[in-house]
Amino acid sequence: MYLFIASEIMLFGSFFTAYFFVRIVNGVAWPTPPYHLPVFVATINTFILMTSSATMHWATTSIKRGNVWGMRAGLLLTFLMGLAFLIGQLYEYMRVGFNTSDGAFPTIFFCLTGLHSTHVFIGLAILGFMTIRAFRGHFTADHHHGVEIGGIYWHFVDAMWIVVFTTVYVL
Amino acid sequence: MRNPLRSEAEAYRFLGVVIVGAAVIIAAAFINTWLGVAAAVLVFVGLGWWLKQEPVPGAAEPPPVVTSETSPGTHRVLVVAPPGTETVNAPDGAEVLVVVPALASKRESLTGAVDDRRGDAEATAAALEARIPGSRAEVGADDPALAAEDALRLFGADEVLVAGDDGMLEAIRERVAIPVSRV
Repeated sequence: MYLFIASEIMLFGSFFTAYFFVRIVNGVAWPTPPYHLPVFVATINTFILMTSSATMHWATTSIKRGNVWGMRAGLLLTFLMGLAFLIGQLYEYMRVGFNTSDGAFPTIFFCLTGLHSTHVFIGLAILGFMTIRAFRGHFTADHHHGVEIGGIYWHFVDAMWIVVFTTVYVL
Repeated sequence: MRNPLRSEAEAYRFLGVVIVGAAVIIAAAFINTWLGVAAAVLVFVGLGWWLKQEPVPGAAEPPPVVTSETSPGTHRVLVVAPPGTETVNAPDGAEVLVVVPALASKRESLTGAVDDRRGDAEATAAALEARIPGSRAEVGADDPALAAEDALRLFGADEVLVAGDDGMLEAIRERVAIPVSRV
C-alpha cells in the first residue's frame, strides 16, 4: 500500500509540478485571459464526489454490521454519483471553450483533470464489479474485503479531487 | 507512521482531514495570497505531524526469532563468514553451508553500488567451498543477521558458527533460536 501511495504521489506530483511551473513562470492571472474555468460545475461535482464518499462509507459500515441492503444501496448510490461526476466532467469539457492546442494553460488543465477523471473511471469499474457482487450476495459481515479495498481507493480518488479542485479551480 | 489508506475507515478519516486542510488554505488565500501560502505550509506540517502520530504496526515489537531443526541422525552447520575469511574449521562429519554476507557500507547500500562488494563475497564463497570438504557456499544479504535468517529458512541447521566479530555474533544470536558460537 505504501508503494501504491508513493507511486500515486509521484504521478500526481509530476502533473502538479507542471501546473505550478506554467502558472508561476507565466506570471499572469490563472486562468490565462480570455479563458474562464467552469467553477460552478466543478463545485457541484465536488459536492457530488464528497457525498459519494459518505455513501461509500455507509456501504462499508453497513456490511460490517451485517446490513446487506444498506451495503447494496450505498454501493449503488456511490456508483451513480461517480457516474454523475464523470458526466459532469464531460459536460464541462464540452462547454469549457478551449482545447489542448490553445496553449500551456489548457493543456495542463486537461492533463490534471483528465488524470483524475481516469482514476474516477477506474474507480467506477471497481465499483461496478463490487455492486454486481453485492447484489449476488458475495459479501457478508465476515467476508467483505472487496468492499473495503474498493472503498479505500474511492476515498483516495476523492481526496485527490479536493487537491485538484483547490489548486486548479479555487486558488 | 500512520498509513492513511490502511482501511476504509482510515481513508474516510483522511479524506475529512484533506477537506479541512483545503478549506483552511482556501479561506486564508482569499484574505491574502501569502497568508494562503503560510496556511498551506502549516497544513502540510500539520498533516505530517498527524501521519507521524501512529507508530508503524509491529515496529515496536522485537523481530521474530528464527527457529531451525534437522532430522534425527544428521548434523548440519551454518557458517556465517564475512568476505575475506580465508578458512573455517568446520566440525567433522557435519553437513556445512557457508553463507558470506555481501557486506556493504550504508552509502553503497543506498546507492545500490554493491557490485564490487558482492564480487568480494562471491570470491570468498568460492574459496571457502573449495577449502571445506563437503561444504556448499553462497552469498547472502548485506546484513549478516538477515543472511543467516535467509539461509536457515532454506537450510535447516543445528548450530550457527560465526567467523566474524563480536557485533556480528551478537546480531545473529538475537535473531536465531539455535546455538550460535564463534568458529
